[in-house]
Amino acid sequence: MVQSARGKWLLMGAVMSIVVLLFFGSMVWGYTATTWRDVLDAYTQRGDTIEQHVIRDLRTPRAVVAAIVGAALAVSGTLMQAITRNPLAGPSLLGINAGAGLAVVLGVTVIGLTEIRHYVWFAFLGAGLTALAVYGIASVGKEGPTPLKLTLAGAAISALISSLTSGLLILNENGLQSVMFWMAGSVEGRPLSLVWPVLPLLAAGFVLALAVGRSLNTFALGEDIAKSLGQRTGLLRLVVSVAVLLLAGSSVAIAGPIGFIGLVIPHVTRWLVGRDYTWIIPGSALLGASLLLLSDIGARFLLFPREVPVGTITALVGAPFFIYLARTGSKT
Amino acid sequence: MKQFGARQPYMTLRIPKLGVSFLVERQPLWLIACLVLLLFICMLYATGAGSLPIPASDVFKSLIGHGDPLNDLIIREFRLPRVLTAVLAGAALALSGAVMQGMVRNPLASPDLMGITSGAGLAAVVFLNFFSGDWGIHWLPVFAAAGGAIVAGAVFLAAWKGGIAPIRMVLIGVGITALLGSARTIIMLQANIWQAAQSYTWLVGSLHSSSWSSVQMLFICLLVLSPLLFIAVRYINLHALGDEVALGAGSALQRERILLIALLTALAGAGISFVGGISFVALMSPHIARRLVGPSFGAVLPASALIGAMILVTSDLIGRTMFVPLDIPAGIFTALIGAPFFLYLLTKVWSR
Repeated sequence: MVQSARGKWLLMGAVMSIVVLLFFGSMVWGYTATTWRDVLDAYTQRGDTIEQHVIRDLRTPRAVVAAIVGAALAVSGTLMQAITRNPLAGPSLLGINAGAGLAVVLGVTVIGLTEIRHYVWFAFLGAGLTALAVYGIASVGKEGPTPLKLTLAGAAISALISSLTSGLLILNENGLQSVMFWMAGSVEGRPLSLVWPVLPLLAAGFVLALAVGRSLNTFALGEDIAKSLGQRTGLLRLVVSVAVLLLAGSSVAIAGPIGFIGLVIPHVTRWLVGRDYTWIIPGSALLGASLLLLSDIGARFLLFPREVPVGTITALVGAPFFIYLARTGSKT
Repeated sequence: MKQFGARQPYMTLRIPKLGVSFLVERQPLWLIACLVLLLFICMLYATGAGSLPIPASDVFKSLIGHGDPLNDLIIREFRLPRVLTAVLAGAALALSGAVMQGMVRNPLASPDLMGITSGAGLAAVVFLNFFSGDWGIHWLPVFAAAGGAIVAGAVFLAAWKGGIAPIRMVLIGVGITALLGSARTIIMLQANIWQAAQSYTWLVGSLHSSSWSSVQMLFICLLVLSPLLFIAVRYINLHALGDEVALGAGSALQRERILLIALLTALAGAGISFVGGISFVALMSPHIARRLVGPSFGAVLPASALIGAMILVTSDLIGRTMFVPLDIPAGIFTALIGAPFFLYLLTKVWSR
């Protein structure tokens, strides 16, 4: 763990440069052989070669989506673990992935959606409704949505909705075929026109997350202490839940359910920068972005020339490092 | 000592010859008796239901040996082994979940995080995709059990650092589970659609391959493990007070944890090997039980087992009767049945 503020700034700078490096790497490496020169040309010369088209129209959107989604997932995971005070919580605990999955599967099997761009709003709607249901049920009773209540309601509703989804998929094998790839999560083939409408939501989510950093430090002292210090814990929980919905909901809408990042990056960040949320939140955004960018590059080469859904690679890339840190890292 | 008589919350059972004694709580006993009765009714009904419905009275006659030959055949050869497998596997999974949550003291902990399910799942998918041509399907449970045991062992070793800290073990389990899940998905993406569908059925969890031999194996496992469960009750009630208090009260914390981990791995492994990756039962049965009988582990354990058994029997019943001629895997319905009930219990307790 890095103690001094200077060290933390250096660490952030290092991770930031890794993100930039991977971002450009993501534009250069892939099925079509291209060079760094082509990347430069694609944006300076506006030429018409295949290489330049691939970089401008396929790889750039892909790198942008990977960076944004990775950061959003990691931050939403951090927020979720903070308000439930549970190290096993992830962004999916509000039922966001499950709800989005069910909405998309319903869209495919009942309405007959076929294109990924139609999935986006269905997914977001499903995620939102489910998060609302989880929050609503956890709010029953006098003391409002306590961490334990959110956790239990979230786990039960997620399980319920995922099993509805599996049921629909088993009864409808055609649906299974077309949804399977979406369900594994991917950042490929998402044009930037798909990202723009969701971007304001994501930006709002990031702003909220950065704004609550200090309050989360107080909240981490425990419910009673936070209250006696004058914190309105109920309001904080609501704001944080909205931020989680905005971030994780937009991510699943754009890229499908991508696991692992939201659960694991918060721990990695804590092991690196300590317990201060004003550092953890931006740190986890950068680490999440780099993990998803790296995984997306891996997804192109693992079974080359075939592509693998990036959701299956995040764990392959991140788990060994995570296990190592879990063994050696400081206590969380 | 007897002056308070029936008002004491505990009864003591003593077997002086073996030097064994055990505290039984009075208050949850009635609830547990009701659950036993309810489970029995579920089993009777599930044994009767099917493409050829048999009324419960005839099922009862067949069971005590006075039924007509056709009913006897259907019940003994097809339905009873399936229902009994569901009961035993559901109970094993729920017990394993209860021990896990008791030990880790985290409501989201389930034996899945020991890597048992993912290990067994990967082994099963590898078997179905690469070995099923040469080896008979009856080898599948053996593969699955071996995979689960190996991975659970690996998680344990990776988490060992002069002792076991439950939360470190669970986090390492998260990492290993995710890693194996990726490997599994990649194999399934390469597989042809028939193999992928077969793997998917296994991963969701189904009872369609249950037989008398699976009943026998599960029964033996539970029988062998049950004395350990009695010991586990004592350990977990003490561990629940926190590491410091438990150590102060003289608990050999680390040694006891090893026993608990071995116990929950064996229980989950037994269940998963025969019915596949059934979800929800291990995670949620203990929560449901706790809402019904209170926090004391001696009551939570049997109540979880009964609830787990009931959820799995009912799920399988729905899966094989509601969508005839399809036999829908029971794993689809476990959460569909269990979650609404759990949410109802939660809101009822909370709104008080």
